[in-house]
Amino acid sequence: MRGNSQWLKFAIAGLVLVSLAACKSSEDAEAQTDEMGSEMGSAGTSTSAAQASGAGTSGRLTQEQIQAENALRQTVFYFDFDVAEFKPEDRETLTFHARDLASNPSKRLRLEGHADERGTREYNLALGERRANSILNYLIVNGASRSQIEVVSYGEERPAMTGQSQSVYNRNRRVEVVAR
Amino acid sequence: MTLKRLHAFALSFLFLLQISTAHAELSIQITQGIDNPIPIAIVPFSWEGSGVLSEDVAEIVSSDLQQVGEFRALSPSNMLAMPREEREVYYRDWSVLAQDYLLVGKVQRSPGSQLISVQYEFFDINREIKLAGEVLTGTEAQLRDIGHEISNVVFELVTGNRGAFTTQILYVVSDYVSPELSYFRLEKADYDGRRAQVLLESREPIMSPSWSPNGLDIAYVSFETDLPRIYTQNIATGQRRQITNYPNINSSPVWSPDGTKLAMVLSKDGSPDIYVHDLLSNQLTRITDHPAIDTEPAWSRDGRSIVFMSDRTGQPQIYQMEIGASSYEVERLTYDCFQCAKGQFLPDGINLVHVRRETRQSPQYQISIMNTETLRVISLTSTSLDESPSVAPNGSMIMYGTKYNGRGVLDAVSIDGRVKFRLPSSQGDVREPAWSPFLN
Repeated sequence: MRGNSQWLKFAIAGLVLVSLAACKSSEDAEAQTDEMGSEMGSAGTSTSAAQASGAGTSGRLTQEQIQAENALRQTVFYFDFDVAEFKPEDRETLTFHARDLASNPSKRLRLEGHADERGTREYNLALGERRANSILNYLIVNGASRSQIEVVSYGEERPAMTGQSQSVYNRNRRVEVVAR
Repeated sequence: MTLKRLHAFALSFLFLLQISTAHAELSIQITQGIDNPIPIAIVPFSWEGSGVLSEDVAEIVSSDLQQVGEFRALSPSNMLAMPREEREVYYRDWSVLAQDYLLVGKVQRSPGSQLISVQYEFFDINREIKLAGEVLTGTEAQLRDIGHEISNVVFELVTGNRGAFTTQILYVVSDYVSPELSYFRLEKADYDGRRAQVLLESREPIMSPSWSPNGLDIAYVSFETDLPRIYTQNIATGQRRQITNYPNINSSPVWSPDGTKLAMVLSKDGSPDIYVHDLLSNQLTRITDHPAIDTEPAWSRDGRSIVFMSDRTGQPQIYQMEIGASSYEVERLTYDCFQCAKGQFLPDGINLVHVRRETRQSPQYQISIMNTETLRVISLTSTSLDESPSVAPNGSMIMYGTKYNGRGVLDAVSIDGRVKFRLPSSQGDVREPAWSPFLN
């Protein structure tokens, strides 16, 4: 399969890189894990892509594989107030999600859209859907199939946290990626 | 106890929860009155039976009139006499205390039955005449209803406006336990929060309760299938019917004035749009057709047009269009706000109640009224996270959801903003009130 041979090439290239710069790549991996630590959701799609590629190497992963693994562990995406488009800094992570779906056609996801409590409830229901759709559209454009992704909005009805502070509101404006 | 029986009855149609949840108790608090209330003396009604009655009818009338009207009731400790009927009334006893109106009554057990009869008489002190009087009969459980009926009579005689004291409200209660666990209940109660009954319990959100115009059925959105779908439910029997199962958003059900249709919001065709579902033929008619968000429909009184919110110009504004008109013939109603939403007309068809956010910088949301002829806007509240306004059927008061001390509460305000009361819940957050039509 095309997918496998590409990963194999990566693995070989990675082996070469790893043997040439062993110390540096492990430092990078640690730094990335720290950065992503606060963003990680609990369940997370996991290491199937990395495992598929990692087999056959010495067990160490390439930088790209580590990036992919970390990206797939991010399952919550936050939004700015009054905004329905995902943040530019999430673009790369979402690309990994799209590629993961593209290489695993049997994989299924659900995008759950949310809003903070301000404003009317029905508008927030629509806003949550718009946020989920903004991620849906990006995933499809980048390789995912429409049939792999379900979209639902909970508006302000299922907050991650309760309260009226900015930090609470920030945590509630989100789209959650749930494996199905 | 009656309440426990009703509770069990409702539960038998619904989801069984591991933990049994009591209904939320709403307690009414007056938060603002007017400067020159009408002084009224309500003499405690005499009780000529044995035992203690479960309700104090005079107290119910007194509470009603002070909560929603422009009245102040004279304290019984200041009364010079305690007449029970016309022949015991001396107008001077009341004019000397500067009272404008007087209400007296007698409560008796109907001979040979379990029924209670309440005789009341209502007087205009300044004109020294009797304005009304009759005997109302019912069971002891109906004493609250009898009290509210008397309040309706008094209110209408004094203000010229029909009283809404025998109306009811629907509302949603949520108990948040954790991000993974909340309990939701749809409840019905008297307008003052008393006699609450649970109509639906769920671990998934419930939204948008709506009354049918005859007060017998309700509609709402339930996420019990994990997706938002519209249901109707008969209040008396508890029987439910799932109305929609379209993909994506199914929300905002609102009964038409003639009771045959539900306006609703569906996003099945790409973006949320307004549709009308005919309950008899099951036919679906599309009303708006725009890639923006169109939501929050409300019917005009004649049922011929729909008021709704759309963000087609970038931010929520309120629009109106006639059913059957082309989807381009949309009239925009609001211009001066950053966001205007959840619009509906008062019974006068001129004043538009809505949720208003004035500026981008300040995310404050307040219940406001705009006169669509003069374009004058007044803000009715001093809270800033208002939502879900619902108008009393006599057009005199608006109930809405808001936040107070971090808790979701129901507030009510008169349409001139002068009188206010609050219904906080003893447990959980309350929201999304729906004021019933006139029920009798």
